[in-house]
Amino acid sequence: MGGYLTQLLAVADAELRKLRHDPWELASRAIQPVLWLLLFGNVMARVRGLAPQAIPYLDFLAPGILAQSALFVAIFYGISAIWERDLGVLHRYLVSPAPRSALVSGKALSSGARALSQAVIVYFCAAAMGVRLSLRPADVAAAILLITLGSALFSTFSLIIACMVRTRERFMGIGQVLTMPIFFASNAIYPVALMPGWLQILALLNPLTYEVDGLRAVMLARGSSVFGLTRDFTVLAVAGLAMIAVATRMYPRMTE
Amino acid sequence: MTVIGTDSPASGRPAIETFGLTRRFGALAAVDGASLSVRSAEIFGLIGPNGAGKSTLIKMLTTMLPPSAGRAIIAGFDLRTQAGQVRRHIGYVPQLLSADGELTGYENLLLSARLYLVPRTAREGRIRAALALMGLTEVRDRLVRQYSGGMIRRLEIAQSTLHAPSVIFLDEPTEGLDPVGRHAVWRHIRDLRERLGAAVVVTTHYMDEADALCDRIALIDRGRILVTDTPAALKGQIGDHATLDDVFAQMTGHAAEGGSYRDVRRTRRAAREHA
Repeated sequence: MGGYLTQLLAVADAELRKLRHDPWELASRAIQPVLWLLLFGNVMARVRGLAPQAIPYLDFLAPGILAQSALFVAIFYGISAIWERDLGVLHRYLVSPAPRSALVSGKALSSGARALSQAVIVYFCAAAMGVRLSLRPADVAAAILLITLGSALFSTFSLIIACMVRTRERFMGIGQVLTMPIFFASNAIYPVALMPGWLQILALLNPLTYEVDGLRAVMLARGSSVFGLTRDFTVLAVAGLAMIAVATRMYPRMTE
Repeated sequence: MTVIGTDSPASGRPAIETFGLTRRFGALAAVDGASLSVRSAEIFGLIGPNGAGKSTLIKMLTTMLPPSAGRAIIAGFDLRTQAGQVRRHIGYVPQLLSADGELTGYENLLLSARLYLVPRTAREGRIRAALALMGLTEVRDRLVRQYSGGMIRRLEIAQSTLHAPSVIFLDEPTEGLDPVGRHAVWRHIRDLRERLGAAVVVTTHYMDEADALCDRIALIDRGRILVTDTPAALKGQIGDHATLDDVFAQMTGHAAEGGSYRDVRRTRRAAREHA
């Protein structure tokens, strides 16, 4: 068990070290969520009825944009997996005695940690725009957990897609196609209640909805969860474990 | 069921034994009934033109590719049923450059040490020794993408041997290196055998290299092992001044270098289509 954790953390640590060698990557990825809040948020804030009565639209939007920015990074994670396969780096992982699930989980964890750096930027930006955040340690800890779970889930989903399509070119096309429905068929920028019935069903099947719902409760000073935090965490954890289980089976076949 | 080793292969037993190992991609048998035996502390060459099936065979022996038929015992463990144990006891330097260019040399070694569960107390010492041995101490904190091809190969050899494996596979380790780099790699391969007493399996399509480096070689062509023997014995069958190229041409009816493009294309296409 100690060995398993060592191997899992070794993979995550290597990914984070790469990030430290190239911090510009993080900086460039912070631009998009800031623009969403600044441009989209400020315009849509003028539309009435978009957010629940209790909170301003910008407050409602901030957790959605945080989850979205983490999603956009995670969903293209598969590209780097294919890249690693093409380079030969993947062989080094797969020929090691580390259990395949430890490799996949380590990658997932690093994706979660990567998303946290974006969370810091979205928190700062939202605070600067007057969003009332909750900085109670328990709330911040819960937010960290939600973001990590969400990113781990979507990056592993991306890894599964990568295992299926196998080339970067095909993945690029599919990645674009996936982000749209996951983002728009969720409660990230409008409440589920506002959607037509068929879309509500999709939104309720979409893990992003539960990540955003949980974040609204823990990130905002006056936010609340529609589904309850227990359900949010459970959905994310179960979906994440399912993804890891599937990826564990598919990942080793990438080198064939 | 044959005897299963415990921690390391019992001395006297072959480091590798394969029995009719076969890998098919659709109708094509990339490796067709390969049976061979490699001893401990032996440098064993898998020799043949590009596309002959060397890499496919190595991929099977390193657990990267499941065989379609046949079986193999590596370091005392069954390839099919004990893949995890096999991985623990082998080192593998793939044909592609497998060191991570986005990490430093030190970080690459640290990653390997952790993946192979080198005990925490031994980690730093072993990494330092490996860096010194490979002449990489001064560039340890430089990103690997700034290394030369020869430096990367040396780093990869270090990465693959931190856990003191009893069998080491190197797939075309000198491909793309200049003569200085090639000779450095040869020297390190010989050193691995001395230092670790490991069986070293090397693939190459350079006949002169196989001749100079290997204790025994297996000639492979179109997925089949044609013959296994020492380079001297093989050459002796042909004549006094024969080279391995002559041996190969005699056995296959074609030259090792020539006619290979079609084979490469054939194998790679089949592998892709049936992946």
